[in-house]
Amino acid sequence: METAMEPLAWGAILATILRLFLPVWIALIATFALSITFKRRLGLYGKLFDSTVGMIGFAFVMFWVFTALFAPLIETRDVLSQIAQMKNALPGTPVPDGSGHYLLGGDNLGRDVFSRMVAGSRIVIQIAPMATMFAFMVGVTLGLPAGYYGGLFDTGLSFLANLVLAFPVILLFYLLVTPEIVETGLPQYLAVVLFVLPLLFLVLLVNSRYYVTPGFRNMVIAVILVLGGWAYLSLVSEADTKVSVLPQALDFIHMPANILIVFVSVVFVNAPTVFRIVRGLVLDIKTRDYVSAAQTRGERPWYIMLWEILPNARGPLIVDFCLRIGYTTILLGTLGFFGLGLSPESPDWGSTINAGRKLLTIAPWPALVPAIALMSLVLGLNLLADGLREESLKD
Amino acid sequence: MLKFLIRRLAAMIFTAFCITFVVFYLTNLPPNLEKVAKSEAGSRISDAEVQSWLEKNGHAQPLLKRYGEWLGVVPGWTRTDESGMITGRCIRPKIDPAEAPRFCGVLQGDWGFSTVFRDDVSKIIATRLGLTGLLMFWVMMTMVPLSLMIGVLAGMREGSKLDRSLSTFSIASTATPEYVSGVILIVVFASKLVGLQWFKGSANSAMDGLTFENFALPVATIVLYGTGYIARMTRASMTEVMTAQYIRTARLKGVSFANVVMKHALRNALIAPFTVIMLQFPWLLNGVVIVETLFNYKGFGWTLVSAAGNNDIQLLLGCSVVAVLVVLVTQLISDIGYVFLNPRIRIS
Repeated sequence: METAMEPLAWGAILATILRLFLPVWIALIATFALSITFKRRLGLYGKLFDSTVGMIGFAFVMFWVFTALFAPLIETRDVLSQIAQMKNALPGTPVPDGSGHYLLGGDNLGRDVFSRMVAGSRIVIQIAPMATMFAFMVGVTLGLPAGYYGGLFDTGLSFLANLVLAFPVILLFYLLVTPEIVETGLPQYLAVVLFVLPLLFLVLLVNSRYYVTPGFRNMVIAVILVLGGWAYLSLVSEADTKVSVLPQALDFIHMPANILIVFVSVVFVNAPTVFRIVRGLVLDIKTRDYVSAAQTRGERPWYIMLWEILPNARGPLIVDFCLRIGYTTILLGTLGFFGLGLSPESPDWGSTINAGRKLLTIAPWPALVPAIALMSLVLGLNLLADGLREESLKD
Repeated sequence: MLKFLIRRLAAMIFTAFCITFVVFYLTNLPPNLEKVAKSEAGSRISDAEVQSWLEKNGHAQPLLKRYGEWLGVVPGWTRTDESGMITGRCIRPKIDPAEAPRFCGVLQGDWGFSTVFRDDVSKIIATRLGLTGLLMFWVMMTMVPLSLMIGVLAGMREGSKLDRSLSTFSIASTATPEYVSGVILIVVFASKLVGLQWFKGSANSAMDGLTFENFALPVATIVLYGTGYIARMTRASMTEVMTAQYIRTARLKGVSFANVVMKHALRNALIAPFTVIMLQFPWLLNGVVIVETLFNYKGFGWTLVSAAGNNDIQLLLGCSVVAVLVVLVTQLISDIGYVFLNPRIRIS
């Protein structure tokens, strides 16, 4: 060996990793310094910095958000390239060609565990909050009228929600996320139905607020419809599948079928719970005096729902949003753990845990590293939710 | 109360029909059936041969009719081929067609035949459920007392050091899904790396004989994830009860703190967690599937995964029926139990 490199000891590994995360540390310190300085002017977000638990949770969450953001700077090796000699290598083992070390060892195919863990954060941070956001928009759009109007609409939707909730999640995943189902186009049809609701939500939101200024309202709605509609169409439409309505040149979001189905099924599983929460909150809030006042003023139902009831339900909804991102992260991991949806090469945490679990007693690193990463993110989200709950209750 | 019960039961049965229909539809999609045809009749058969195999085996009928047959409310299909041989859904090999029953579906107890395990679905599910029942039993025996204790201890003095540390533990526990805690537990207690090797990293041998050594880790894995949630609910309910007027009255009368907690608060604080514990069962089902896969314990969850992975339609349908029933029945019990335990609802 010309460039014989020494294997790194634990202290050196730790020091190197801490150094690699430098951009993340800087971003974290900047965020905290700015937020704490201006915390009195930042509303609920600012109040978060009064609670230790909330701050710790926020630090964990932002650590992974920044890691996802700076992932290309942090990764030391290519996430897919395999080196035969590095199979199940111990942490700190030097690469044979002398170009560096596998900081946290190699997996069963000789890939760098550390870089894959960092790259995996990107997938999780991209999908989990987005999917939760969509689930919320679906749940809010359906839950508001269900709670406000009640009646047959409410009975029907509640029954549907209970139906989905009675499905064991794993069974639902196994039924939805299979190549056969993808072939039939069912996930895309589901996407067609589910993704139109956020668009509807935005239009209703603007329409009810600016109803009295039709000129401005029409302009904003037109912008939403054109941009949102385009995003919607390019999201659900994909060339050479059952749903391909948009010409390829205009289709700017290329979501591979397997990612789309993961996304859709996670939204599908979460939306009924959000629906039930929103419905319950509306049932409670609609008896308040300010709602009666708005009704007496002659406000229209959607204005009352979106601009009187929804803002007053924000506390519990924000808390649930944080918890739900954590739950979505767990669901994504579950999908990866069963090898459903995401490709086996994918560096996301669930898939890597799945790949590493077979050799757990001999080479634990490949599974342990993403497992701890996932745990710390979900823990952060839960602590954050706890902090937010505490602070929002103080109002 | 009776009217409420009947209404809930009717809704439950309707839900069960809806869900089984959806599952039936999703498992009997054309690509799935084509795969079955290819695995049963040879992987290189042409499309026309696939079609004729499907027709011969009753898979080409309308969906609703097939669902009815599977359920057992529509008579099973029969078919006489050119040589006069009568085949049919209910006519098993070596059975005289004249003696075969007309209906054979889930309601008659005929759950079909597994293409992977080459055995009756009902038999497979019965044995597998037994194994999972054992796992669930030990999980419940550990989880319920542990989580209630944590919840009550944390909730009796809100904001104390004990409360803070137990609450943090609960949050950490809910943030650790089974596939994470399982991995960590195996590494710590079963791998060469740490060197403790107190327990076994696989529960394969537990199917023949349960020992503490081979069963502790799977049970602990499920318990860890479930405990936090129940404990938090218990804590919330306990803190609410502890601020109630009658607790203050009892304290002012001079009843000792231990007595207030044990005799006055506990009973009322345990109503809410009861619902949570019952609703935990469907959640546990998830955990069971993950843990059985991780620890290679061939119970119900493991069977569900292998049925789904191998396109074993009848077995998957059978597993779904059981899973859905578990969910619905626990929901019903939790509803009834809640009404039963809570006098305010029981009387109104």
